[in-house]
Amino acid sequence: MYKLTSITTAQLKPLTLFFAALTVSGSALAWQPDRPVEFVVTSGAGGGTDTFARTVQSIIGKHQLMDKSIIVSNKGGGSGAEGYVYSASSKDDPYKLTFGTNNEYLLPEVGEMPYAAEDLQPVASMAMDEFLIWVNGDAKYDSAKDFIDAAKQNPGKMQFAGSQSKDTDQTLVSMIEEATDTDFRYVPFNGGSQALVQLAGGHVDANVNNPNENLGQWQAGMVKPLCVFSPEQLPKGEPVYEGKGWGDIPTCQSQGIDISEYRMPRTVWLPAGAPEEAVTYYQDLLKKVSETPEWKDYVTRTVQTSQFLSGDDLEQYIDDNASTVKKVFEQEGWSAS
Amino acid sequence: MNNLSLLMDGFATILTWNHLMIMVIGVMLGMLVGVLPGLGAPNGVSLLLPLTFTMDPVSAIILLSCMYWGALFGGSTTSILFNIPGEPSSVATTFDGYPMARNGEATRALTLAFMSAGLGALAGVVMITLLANWVAQFGLKFSSPEYFAVYFLAFCSFIGMSSSAPSKTLVSMMLGLAFATVGMDSVSGGLRLTFGIPDLVKGISFLVAVMGLFGIAELMVTTEEGLSFNGIKSRIRIMDILRTVAELPRYWVSLVRSILIGIWMGITPAGPTAASFMSHGIAKRFSKHPERFGKGEPNGIVSPEAADHSAGTSALLPMLALGVPGSATAAVMMGGLMIWGLTPGPMLFITRPDFVWGLIASMYLGNVVAVILVLATVPLYASILRVPFAIIGPVIVAVIFTGVYQVANSTFDFWLLLFFALLGYLFKKLDYPVAPLVLTMVLGHRAEEAFRQSMVMSDGSLTIFWSNSLVTTIMGLGALMLVWPLISKVTGLRGWRQRLHRQKPENHKSSTPDSRA
Repeated sequence: MYKLTSITTAQLKPLTLFFAALTVSGSALAWQPDRPVEFVVTSGAGGGTDTFARTVQSIIGKHQLMDKSIIVSNKGGGSGAEGYVYSASSKDDPYKLTFGTNNEYLLPEVGEMPYAAEDLQPVASMAMDEFLIWVNGDAKYDSAKDFIDAAKQNPGKMQFAGSQSKDTDQTLVSMIEEATDTDFRYVPFNGGSQALVQLAGGHVDANVNNPNENLGQWQAGMVKPLCVFSPEQLPKGEPVYEGKGWGDIPTCQSQGIDISEYRMPRTVWLPAGAPEEAVTYYQDLLKKVSETPEWKDYVTRTVQTSQFLSGDDLEQYIDDNASTVKKVFEQEGWSAS
Repeated sequence: MNNLSLLMDGFATILTWNHLMIMVIGVMLGMLVGVLPGLGAPNGVSLLLPLTFTMDPVSAIILLSCMYWGALFGGSTTSILFNIPGEPSSVATTFDGYPMARNGEATRALTLAFMSAGLGALAGVVMITLLANWVAQFGLKFSSPEYFAVYFLAFCSFIGMSSSAPSKTLVSMMLGLAFATVGMDSVSGGLRLTFGIPDLVKGISFLVAVMGLFGIAELMVTTEEGLSFNGIKSRIRIMDILRTVAELPRYWVSLVRSILIGIWMGITPAGPTAASFMSHGIAKRFSKHPERFGKGEPNGIVSPEAADHSAGTSALLPMLALGVPGSATAAVMMGGLMIWGLTPGPMLFITRPDFVWGLIASMYLGNVVAVILVLATVPLYASILRVPFAIIGPVIVAVIFTGVYQVANSTFDFWLLLFFALLGYLFKKLDYPVAPLVLTMVLGHRAEEAFRQSMVMSDGSLTIFWSNSLVTTIMGLGALMLVWPLISKVTGLRGWRQRLHRQKPENHKSSTPDSRA
């Protein structure tokens, strides 16, 4: 017995010294990952957030921006809550880089979630995804105005398909109703691709999918966009269908729907309590990613707006965004508290 | 035919040594992933995805799709040998595959499964080649009421097949539905039955439940019966494989019927799981010897396997023709398409015909490669059963626990696993059927979602379920399946009366299995 303890203390001494040295050097030098980093993706494989995280992964790999390898784990259960709960439960852990949208701070607003928005700290927001009003390719409406007029004549009859319930899509539909004094029926589906099939098959009247979710079907003329919820028209690009491209879509505001901007940020988070040096490290890393040609390519192809936010700017953006959406939640009576 | 010449171009693209090697590697990796429970095809494909970032899209999709085929075959292997389904869609294979393996015919069971699976997959690809455009349009006709009708049909075709008392089947189904409701409800956005446990927010993973209900529970029963697999001393000969291949034409009715069910369920897309359960149920319903099902009936292996693979293959069609993933694995592949710089959607056929037809050609070749490779491994796998149970038993337990941890890297799932193992053991002891629970657990969530979406669409009116000819037909088929036991009882009764008039004494014997079925 005695022998055993003596050995352990003897072994422990250099170990403690070693760790002490590590902490000293750690604070002196910039933080670096010394083991593989886990990318926690708050959507199922193939979803928008998944493509976002995997694009970042492929860019880091291609330009060798990080020495350590990356493990991507999809945790999309419960509209992404699974991933946030998973990261939130590893307090202080700088190895769980979590990819999501604004649902990080919106989910706890509408449901009793086993995590709070403050359990994760924002690292960066890398792009803004746009929202549009889409109708079936054969629909008789040529403009958003026609569409809203039709809705006014059939209150409570016209159907919007969207992904999930009380999430970004349904929030936007509520805002449209509020702004135009209309009444739609919102049908929640499991993901944007299902909302798309329902629209292409003519089972619902419209959806508010992101550009990327409907691009392939617009090319084939199965669906068509009416207007975009951004302050200005999208940048001109290649024509997509019958000579029309993204830049030709009018803004919804110009069509009489008084919502100047509705976008979804592509965000990256760390568990609360992770060292500040680690946050800075990832901010630099993601900043580098956002400056590569591959990132520009991804953003252009998916028709998002590249906009890198971190630090105070990001905090400010989240505050503004959360308060806008919370107002809708309170109006609709969705707030959990 | 235009499609055929395009297909030939596709073959020209993929018939290079480089691509053939990628196929073999893909299939072998897939088999490995499929054999390890918990890893599964979607996870395997996403693990491999980073490797493809630097490849050209055609090679990349060949690698991923071949891995998918390999994983589908691997999933059947564990179902047959250890009663552990690697994928939800191979659950129905355990019903007859495992009993046959326990009767000492592991080689026959594996060969039957692989051959019918291969045939099913090939039939699916032929359908894609010939009917791609028409079928894609048909898929668009499906909305929530039609989906619900398809699930309703799957449930109904299953109810009558259980060999237990109908009330016990019902209890089992209800429990499965209850487990399916755990987690977030996507229609209202609220959390249900989570009891404040954070790990339950994501819901109960089907794989965890199945590994407990089937795998561990089975081991418990085996241990109780005296630590041995029965009939494992039989020798494994290559001739057995050939002999089984030769006996396959005997099951052509089951094969054709299951392939049709599979293709239909694949494109609608209710998916391979519903297809395999349904075709096993229907095979039993229309069999002359329903009492042999569940005891190692060859038709009970051929049917779910053929349906599973034809559905799995057809599920890739919505991805190609519409840009909509038909299954979890297809969703991962579509994510890959975007990273490789392609836009999935109907225009892919026109903008990148080399890619689309290369993929379709690789589906032909990949499945042939897969069947040859898996048949070659049959003796290897079958010989696993000759290892003494005292050694293989603990190994299986270790593999199951590893698999469960891989599902979500959560230790909470271990407790769920033990819970389901005890439940499975209890079910066996009390003679409750496990299969209905598994069926409703997999499909219950989607059926509920479809039902509630339909209710939102119709403002709460049930008439939406017979609002057009398509949904009415499917609902009608479902109702027919539900009352089929009654009908056959009535007609059977008539036969019994006739026989009574003739005063033949053996009618008691012949009516017993019917009443049990």
